Amino acid sequence: MKEQLQRGGQGYRSFIAGKRLFLVFLLALTALAFLLAIALGSSSVPINRVVSTLFGFGDAKEKVIVLNLRLPRAVTAIIAGFGLGIVGCVMQGILRNPLASASTIGVSQGAAFGAAFAIIALGGGLMSAGSSGMQLSVTSPALTTLCAFAGSMLSTLFIVALSRIRRVTAGTMILAGVALGSLFSAGTTLMEYFADDVRVAAVVYWTFGDLGSTFWKDISVMGAVVLAASVYFACNCWNYNAMQGGEDGAKGLGVNTRRVLILGMVVGSLAASVIVSYIGIINFVGLIAPHLVRKFVGTDYRYLLPASGLAGAMLLLFSDTAARMIAAPIVLPIGAITSVLGAPLFLWIIFKGRWKQ
Amino acid sequence: MIQAEHIQFAYRGMEKVLKNLCLNEEAGHCIAFLGNNGAGKSTFLKCLNRILEPQGGFIAVDGLEIKSSSRAQIARKLAYVEQRTEMSRLTVYDTVLLGRKPHMRFAPAQRDYDITDEAIARMQLGALKLRYIDELSGGELQKVILARALAQQPKVLLLDEPTASLDLRNQHEVMRTVANIAKEDGITAVIVIHDLNLALKYCDRFLMLREGEAFCYGDSGVVNPESIRAVYGVDAAVTELNGERFVMVL
Repeated sequence: MKEQLQRGGQGYRSFIAGKRLFLVFLLALTALAFLLAIALGSSSVPINRVVSTLFGFGDAKEKVIVLNLRLPRAVTAIIAGFGLGIVGCVMQGILRNPLASASTIGVSQGAAFGAAFAIIALGGGLMSAGSSGMQLSVTSPALTTLCAFAGSMLSTLFIVALSRIRRVTAGTMILAGVALGSLFSAGTTLMEYFADDVRVAAVVYWTFGDLGSTFWKDISVMGAVVLAASVYFACNCWNYNAMQGGEDGAKGLGVNTRRVLILGMVVGSLAASVIVSYIGIINFVGLIAPHLVRKFVGTDYRYLLPASGLAGAMLLLFSDTAARMIAAPIVLPIGAITSVLGAPLFLWIIFKGRWKQ
Repeated sequence: MIQAEHIQFAYRGMEKVLKNLCLNEEAGHCIAFLGNNGAGKSTFLKCLNRILEPQGGFIAVDGLEIKSSSRAQIARKLAYVEQRTEMSRLTVYDTVLLGRKPHMRFAPAQRDYDITDEAIARMQLGALKLRYIDELSGGELQKVILARALAQQPKVLLLDEPTASLDLRNQHEVMRTVANIAKEDGITAVIVIHDLNLALKYCDRFLMLREGEAFCYGDSGVVNPESIRAVYGVDAAVTELNGERFVMVL
């Protein structure tokens, strides 16, 4: 306690307490969004019944809705949102570009290419009869996931290889990512051009993004990867803080900037690859989340990192709830909902011009 | 304190920028690197703490051989004040605390907070410590970066044009502070600077560079009309007033 009292004086302690309070507030909001995501839907369950069911006291119908249908979906949203949020936060920091995220550096496009390859070339998707008429589905999710992961890792490996052959800067890394993203998009388009309608539709369906197709086994893998990435990023918070002042300044503070940059990109891309390969393309969450909280916690990564993760989780939970509620019982594509949120933020960033500094 | 022998450096595929540069200085001195744009001043400064990797030569600071040392080891001996700090939304306190980065493992210890408090008090930044650095004036920001360098507890302070873009008052305040730190803490300050009069007023050692080579190296006597003409290509007179030397371009 005595040690705490001496750190930075009264004013600094209050200032830090304010940031911690904001994290608690975000955590509470995320918990609320989690409960709402489970409670709301085509068949609503009151929140008190949701809580009872989560603790094992619900009736059979509630258990099916809450535990079997909505809980895995909500947990997927939390893990994926948190993961995309922290990855976006770290990439924006180490690349010193506020528009950096998994989709900016070609990871998402690589995943889409991989998924398209699995569905079109390897026969991983087709049209099937469902409860509401004909449905598109990915018939070999494991194959599609694996190929999507391979595609997104290709982007990462290319950038890492490039950095080993030539010394790359943050700027060239992001430009290489943009170029690679375009290349993968072109590859996907060409495959779609030569594929039949059903397979093209299955690819489009996959790229919409879907939180409802994960099983607990998938969620555990995603959770483990996101947890490992979170721990790695948390251990590097001071490196990321130092790198904000520029590469030379960070080197002068003892940071091995090249190693931090490359490992940050590899770990971030790996986490994003795993997430995207399980749930499809979810745009803008990794981009928006850090921007949403930066105004409140500044760019101190000790607070910006968890805040971005929580904001990402909250965003995905709210987006998914909206996707299920707006035109119930039809579930709108989650990727479209997050893009609707992302586009105005892009405009806000452009017109505010704050990132130009 | 700092010893650099036969330093050579060339950017990839280019001609040599530094040719056999040497530097040997004891604690407590302020050394000015002088010369035209492109003479190699900032490059030499960055080679001293391996921000740029020299292709030849030997550097040691306070017994530490720089070439074989880790970045953190180097940063514990040499602090670097860059020409232009990119803005971030960190508070003054957290920016100064960053100076403890080479000394900490994963998180700051009590000693890191104590040293940060000392550096802030010494640079008289107490009133600003909760302000974000992107809200500060140029002079205030330069003091913050100096405080961050102090928090590193270095043996050598490297400053790359610390007075560029500062007004007259702030130029003198920053240079006076650096000279005082060097004397009081026994730190060697190495300063890349364009203003010869500021250099003559606050520094006691001078290295004049021309096209990557040392033209002259020594005390204030080396800054004379001949060396100024040879290095800068301008005619100048050096006069004395109240025991201080001044350069007047003719």
